[in-house]
Amino acid sequence: MILTKYLFEHWESIQPRLLEHITLSAISLSIALVISLPLGLLLNRLPRLAGPVTIFLNMIYTIPSLALFALLVPLMGIGTQPAIIALTGYSLFILVRNTMVGFNSVDPAVIEAARGMGMSNAQVLWRIEVPLALPVIVAGMRIATLSTIGLATIAAWIGAGGLGQLLKDAVNANMDLAINQSKLYAGLICIGAMAVASDLVLRLIERQVGAPSASRRLATPRAAAQAKEA
Amino acid sequence: MNTLVEALQYALNPNNNFLGELATHLELSGLALLAAAIIGVPLGIFVSRYDTLERLVINATGFLRVVPSIVVLFLLLPSQGIGFKPAAIALTVLAIPPLLINTDAGMKGVDPAIIEAGKGMGMSYWRLLRVVQLPLAMPVMIAGLRIATVEVIASATLATLIGGGGLGYFIAAGLTLLRNDILLVGALPVAILTFTTELLLTGLQRRLNVRG
Repeated sequence: MILTKYLFEHWESIQPRLLEHITLSAISLSIALVISLPLGLLLNRLPRLAGPVTIFLNMIYTIPSLALFALLVPLMGIGTQPAIIALTGYSLFILVRNTMVGFNSVDPAVIEAARGMGMSNAQVLWRIEVPLALPVIVAGMRIATLSTIGLATIAAWIGAGGLGQLLKDAVNANMDLAINQSKLYAGLICIGAMAVASDLVLRLIERQVGAPSASRRLATPRAAAQAKEA
Repeated sequence: MNTLVEALQYALNPNNNFLGELATHLELSGLALLAAAIIGVPLGIFVSRYDTLERLVINATGFLRVVPSIVVLFLLLPSQGIGFKPAAIALTVLAIPPLLINTDAGMKGVDPAIIEAGKGMGMSYWRLLRVVQLPLAMPVMIAGLRIATVEVIASATLATLIGGGGLGYFIAAGLTLLRNDILLVGALPVAILTFTTELLLTGLQRRLNVRG
């Protein structure tokens, strides 16, 4: 295959880019998770805050990626730092919404029953609410991971490296050269493969923790993509 | 604050073609949406009537959504070269899934009893579609239109990376020249544009939902 020839022959120059891409995505997703899991739970406990917070996060989510990256550059210069902040911002909306919806969807009767059995608040949270909310939360993690992998590509234009650098180099140089076309394909194949692989792995995990029941469909990725109702 | 003033001056200087790039941005988005609607809506109506075909097409478009938009944009580069046309094609491809999926979901959501009643009144297929099914499916279809529109206007910012022009041009130029004012000339209007579109279409959707 001509398409993958470059990929294998120049692996030593692609591999660092791939690592950068994974690091960038993993750091942003971890920060977003650390913030959004407690925040989602908080919004479940204080429903009055849910509206304003989700509207604010949705506003960030609406800003086009290149624009958000660019808006951060005057404030913090170019490099990985603005990229990580922008990527974290995008994931927050998805993760907070799904965490909140996950906890909201736990049947109050089940919690009542657990209390009746003498469980403490912490026990109700860890043994009842978390396991029941988990499928929706994992679904959110899958969407957030996919969007982060895609958006991290664009971070190359603010000097954050990653696989987008291959696309950037290919376009900036003369496109007629076959070598640049192969470079472009190598980048595209890596990004596509990363996205599809993460989708598959996280779908498997989703299945492991249990598929959301029909009443909770709204927070599943497909429904979110269809309706984005929040 | 100084940068903001400089950005405003830059945008107001006719030599910098701010209005021209804004027009390109809107043209690119409008064209892509129109093309996507012409393909996506009839296809959605068609597949909603055949279960197997529906599952096939919806799964395929679902897979398309996994592929990042920037990959779609660059995929056409070797065959189509750079410029307005490949950008418009890529944006069309990106806008089809939400329109198609929501048209299908909207048509599926129409109560079969209502369709039965329409048929009983002797309505033809086209009349039934126009007078009964489409109006009832409209709120869900408008939701799809909203997602597609915001996505296209946002992704049109990336069109400049493959030479398609639009407001992203100023962002790319600002990043290359390390000029924060030029950067803002692209970034701020794009952010405002997506916000307003989102708000307007959410409002429209809400009004339709209340009426439906």
